[in-house]
Amino acid sequence: MSRIQSRFQGWGLVAPALLWTTAFFVVPFVVMAAMSFASLEGRTLVWGFSFENYARLLEKAYLWRAIIVSLEITLTVTAVSVLLAYPLAWIIAFRVPQRWQRLALLLAILPFWTSYVVRSYAWLLVLAREGVVNQTMLALGLISDPITLANTRFATITGFVHFFVMLLTLTIYANLIQLPPNYRRAAMDLGANAFQTFRHVILPLTLPGIVTGAFLTFVLCIGDYVTPQILGGNTELTVPQVIMVQLGRRADFPLASALAIVLMGIVALAYLTSSRWLRLDRI
Amino acid sequence: MMTGRNLISVAVLAASGGAALAEGELNALVWCDHTDPALIEPFEAAHDVKVNLREYEGTGAALALLEQSRPGDWDVLVVDGIDVFRAVEAGVLAPLPEGAAPTGDFFPQVVMAENNTVDGVTYAVTEKFGYNTISYNADKVDPADMEDLTSVWADKYKGRISIYDYYLPVMGLAAMSEGIDTAAIGEGDLEQIGGVLSTMRANAASVAGVVAAQTALATGEVDIVVGGGEWLTAVLASEQPELTWTIPKQGAVRWAQSIGVVEGANNPDLAAEFIKYITGPEGQARLATSSCFWGMPANAKAGDVLTDAQKDILRWDQQPDYLALSQLYPAPDADLDIEMQDLWLDTLQQ
Repeated sequence: MSRIQSRFQGWGLVAPALLWTTAFFVVPFVVMAAMSFASLEGRTLVWGFSFENYARLLEKAYLWRAIIVSLEITLTVTAVSVLLAYPLAWIIAFRVPQRWQRLALLLAILPFWTSYVVRSYAWLLVLAREGVVNQTMLALGLISDPITLANTRFATITGFVHFFVMLLTLTIYANLIQLPPNYRRAAMDLGANAFQTFRHVILPLTLPGIVTGAFLTFVLCIGDYVTPQILGGNTELTVPQVIMVQLGRRADFPLASALAIVLMGIVALAYLTSSRWLRLDRI
Repeated sequence: MMTGRNLISVAVLAASGGAALAEGELNALVWCDHTDPALIEPFEAAHDVKVNLREYEGTGAALALLEQSRPGDWDVLVVDGIDVFRAVEAGVLAPLPEGAAPTGDFFPQVVMAENNTVDGVTYAVTEKFGYNTISYNADKVDPADMEDLTSVWADKYKGRISIYDYYLPVMGLAAMSEGIDTAAIGEGDLEQIGGVLSTMRANAASVAGVVAAQTALATGEVDIVVGGGEWLTAVLASEQPELTWTIPKQGAVRWAQSIGVVEGANNPDLAAEFIKYITGPEGQARLATSSCFWGMPANAKAGDVLTDAQKDILRWDQQPDYLALSQLYPAPDADLDIEMQDLWLDTLQQ
């Protein structure tokens, strides 16, 4: 086969993915970026090159507050999810007999099988004043009156963590089972105790799995609209919620696009920060 | 050369698969109350057609969708009564065919020619209305307190209130509590209205959309929904009769939805027939009691079709008083709209 034929064949194989990415990522992104520099005059969209929408991000307290709220929630969810998922993945990988591991993983991801929206509303009922959590604490005498759990940041974080622990468990488990058991044995042979083995051998080797899962959690969480909308009770607004408000009645696509670009910038920053450890092949 | 907007259109059409264009089909962009089969099926059977419905939330979203569609994709549009002029301005509504919706039997206050007519041309007709007022659990709060807006969001009910998540009616209620007419709201009133919103917000457990507000009231998470009304509690009435609504002494905000034919509709005659059906007594009764949300029919003749129980829930006999006490949604111009929305979002983020 000639070199030219080979090159055409190569492009032919790549073309479908290239076209797909161009049509459904590159073009929409370019349109969105261009839109973020447009403006609304009255209710008319005017194309142009204005930084007005980005300036509004600095001027309007609720806009930059939304960015801070989104970051606070996302970082908390990511940290809590990692702390919960790691031991779970560890137990499944090293404590559960191999023949039961598939079943254990299946049980761990079982909540994925229900609708995301239904699951969020279910949490709303669980955390309600008359819900299971309050009723249990009342019955145990831990509280004398129901406490407010639903429609709070706590509820939003709980809903997110429930979802992302499953995702992180999978990525960390995939990383853990790739570790040759000899590494742990060698560390023990050299006199390391269990904690030292974990701290100096296991943790550094599983860092790519943790960071990969944490990055995915960050990306999905910061762009999510459903969970804060249902569970947060609008007691504070995240960036996706503010974007929806701009679109709903006023159709302010330029400001919504600017907000979306800022979100992408934050995600890009997260990627650059974590890229050293990111190993997508470990998923 | 393909422009950015064309590209968006192509992407939207590709994603949606494009709306059907068949002769025997009607494509309607609607609110969720029109998706009840009990409303649509009789029309489909009578005309041997299929009605394709697409729900939307927010006039902005509807106008963007229409702008990105091909001419003829849509036949009928249901739109917020105060936004008919926006739809006309955007060129998406066609003049209503003569006789498509006679309003002779309508409640006079909801004909609202000033909303549905632009430059002497009628583009839409009111099909349903109701009130953004106070919904509450009669077993948990003192009904007498619900007759005064200022006591509704007083400290007594701190943490037991949910606010309906739409700035126009809630700011309308806030204005009315301060003695400001909704039609007269101006930039100079926003500070005063903002003060009321802050009080409301400080005592509220949540700011909720339709489903979340219903869930909160039904599960006892809150006992009061500011901005609620018959549209919120009527569907729950049979199972939880303690969930009810009232119009306080300061009044309530009146919402109204209109229906019209889309400019360039593929089936304008069928669209006109659909509007005739929806605004006729039978269609009106079915629309008023839709499984998504209830509301008052614009056509008073629907009273001949509704059952007594249904009329009780809608407070049919009290409508003359309610209509007199209520004021229309605030209808701000574009600049004031931005100010009002900013104030609302600022309050939510407090």
